Amino acid sequence: MSHHEIAVPMKAKFFSTGTKIVFAIMLAGMAAVAYRFIAGLGAATNLDDQYPWGIWIAIDVASGVALAAGGFTTALLVEIFHKDKYHAIIRPALLTAMLGYTFVAIGVTVDLGRYYNIWHVMLPDMWQGNSVLFEVGMCVMIYLTVLYIEFIPVVVERFKGKVNLPSPLSFLNGIIEWFLSIADRTLGRFVSLFVIAGVVLSCMHQSSLGTLMLIAPFKTHVLWNTPISPLLFLLSAIAVGFPMVIFESILASRSFKLKPELGILSSLARYTPALLGVYLGIKIGDITIREAWPAVLESSPQSWSWIVEMVFGVIIPIIILATPRFRKSIGGLFTAATMVILGVALNRINYFVIAYKPVYADYPYFPTFIEILVTVGFISALVLLYRACVMIFPVISVPVGQEPKKEEDGSRITSPF
Amino acid sequence: MSLDRRKFLGITALSSATLLTGSTHAHEIESKTDEVYGVLVDTVVCIGCRKCEWACNQEHGLSDKDLKSYEDKSVFKEHRRPNASAYTVVNEYRDPADSSKAYSMKVQCMHCNEPACVSACIVGALEKNELGSVDYDAWKCIGCRYCIIACPFQVPAYEYENPLTPQIRKCTFCHERVAKGESPACVSICPNEALTFGPRSKLIDLAHSRFKANPGRYHEHVYGENEVGGTSWMYLTAVDTKHTELPVLSAAPLPPLTEIIQHGIFKSFVPPLALYALLGLIMHTIGDKNEEQEVKE
Repeated sequence: MSHHEIAVPMKAKFFSTGTKIVFAIMLAGMAAVAYRFIAGLGAATNLDDQYPWGIWIAIDVASGVALAAGGFTTALLVEIFHKDKYHAIIRPALLTAMLGYTFVAIGVTVDLGRYYNIWHVMLPDMWQGNSVLFEVGMCVMIYLTVLYIEFIPVVVERFKGKVNLPSPLSFLNGIIEWFLSIADRTLGRFVSLFVIAGVVLSCMHQSSLGTLMLIAPFKTHVLWNTPISPLLFLLSAIAVGFPMVIFESILASRSFKLKPELGILSSLARYTPALLGVYLGIKIGDITIREAWPAVLESSPQSWSWIVEMVFGVIIPIIILATPRFRKSIGGLFTAATMVILGVALNRINYFVIAYKPVYADYPYFPTFIEILVTVGFISALVLLYRACVMIFPVISVPVGQEPKKEEDGSRITSPF
Repeated sequence: MSLDRRKFLGITALSSATLLTGSTHAHEIESKTDEVYGVLVDTVVCIGCRKCEWACNQEHGLSDKDLKSYEDKSVFKEHRRPNASAYTVVNEYRDPADSSKAYSMKVQCMHCNEPACVSACIVGALEKNELGSVDYDAWKCIGCRYCIIACPFQVPAYEYENPLTPQIRKCTFCHERVAKGESPACVSICPNEALTFGPRSKLIDLAHSRFKANPGRYHEHVYGENEVGGTSWMYLTAVDTKHTELPVLSAAPLPPLTEIIQHGIFKSFVPPLALYALLGLIMHTIGDKNEEQEVKE
């Protein structure tokens, strides 16, 4: 099988104007994180005994997991169903998932009151198999490890035979080379086992995130309080995977001045109306069977948020992507992909924040400036790390013959900064 | 009123299988069974003296305010909730038909028979004790606050102001006292039979006998007998509980739905392994086909 494309490290100045702005936001976010750890959750957030979970759980964790779904959906498409023409999207999706889940783990740590006890989840005598959160935690931890393992071949490809650390660390060169050559010889045979494991783990915890609030049916607004919520979470995660890949691919093309892979992306986008359609159908069926339509029309913040989620996050993107003219244009693709992404993120925010009704609610929850800064800061850090990674590692593919010129020695681990 | 009181005491004594010891402990029922303990909160006879709040704060070292300061009834103007520094508070509710009639209601952890918080806890830091209390182990806790999400009574409170070692705080049911055969601090100080400590089933009997002996005085429903699968702490009210701060809940316990889903997904790891095998098969067969095609080409 020949691919007419080759993944190469991107060449550009790391700090463009946009990057500088993102970097500044990240620094502000880090300051906010420091404040949270020094002053505590009470000072940093609007969380209290009425609203124990806020945007850190809804966005940093739940939306983070959902939007990293490109990793397992592309693995399913390309590596399991062998749709080889999409080979080029595997690595960007894998990198997104790896970094996305890394920030999910960091985001959880910021939210946990006793974060230094997080390792308790791994102690068999504290395993609590009844807890949905336990399953989510275990799956996320194992999947994060699997994602790092899946990324090793990319590291091997970039650095095997080229490890050349500068002098104080040069004694490590031999050891790293040795590890890379071991990985190179062994991983090829086993990596498909990890790929399948990644898909299975994803199906489990993507759905289980939607089981979390079923323990609190009296505190969850009727529009989201359904026993098939785990299925809806899984279906929406699967549906958002390709839009996320499309969104990032278009942004990366623009940022690194590449020609967007319009053919592949439009072709990939054909799946989305079908996947979203299944989700929409089941969601409508669920509302109908539970006779919850009056709640859609009750004109509350919850009902409006549900309508926005469904119309702008599901129905309009289906229409756009089902129309060939729009699907075959960068503008149409980017608009629809962005809407699906925001729609799924809004669904997670709705499920964990908007739909949550404390028994004794004296006021609604709204995040503090610090909470927002932490969330925006993490997203900025993720964007910067992604940029750094695609400049260091061969992640983004370009047509053969158009790759940037090889470095003179092709060896040194060059700083992208 | 005093007649009713005497009647109550008589019923309490009758329904107690054993001798009553001393006047302050007159409202405790001793048990020879290994059934869980509970407390019956009779808001109809509660006088709102808030001594239970004082006793609780003393027992747990939460406040050193003197007993006198708890006579301040202006606190009833606002609806209070238990929090990280008060495991129990007394509130007031009114008869919707006659708002001059006010009743007092002590609130704290209900110590559910099938606690949602225990099912939710990621590390097993919350456990239902065989004596009835839902116990918290701060050493295990990671501070995720999923128990607060899960609780249908909005009870677990959290030390949000503590940046390093925040704990979940709630009524402990004085489990150390109960284990020693004593009643909880709040029950011990209660000057009348508003709080009765004893085996849960005996408390239900007691509640029904109070209904029978005092027709018209009670809304004849033992709140907590069946709510969310039953609770160790139960309430008698003068009016329908929907007019009080007690949440309207169905009889079904909360953990089964999520636990059935979880155990369905993980049943001996069969579903994940089956999915793994299926995907492996697809990967292998389609891969073979591709190779065959390539050979043909």
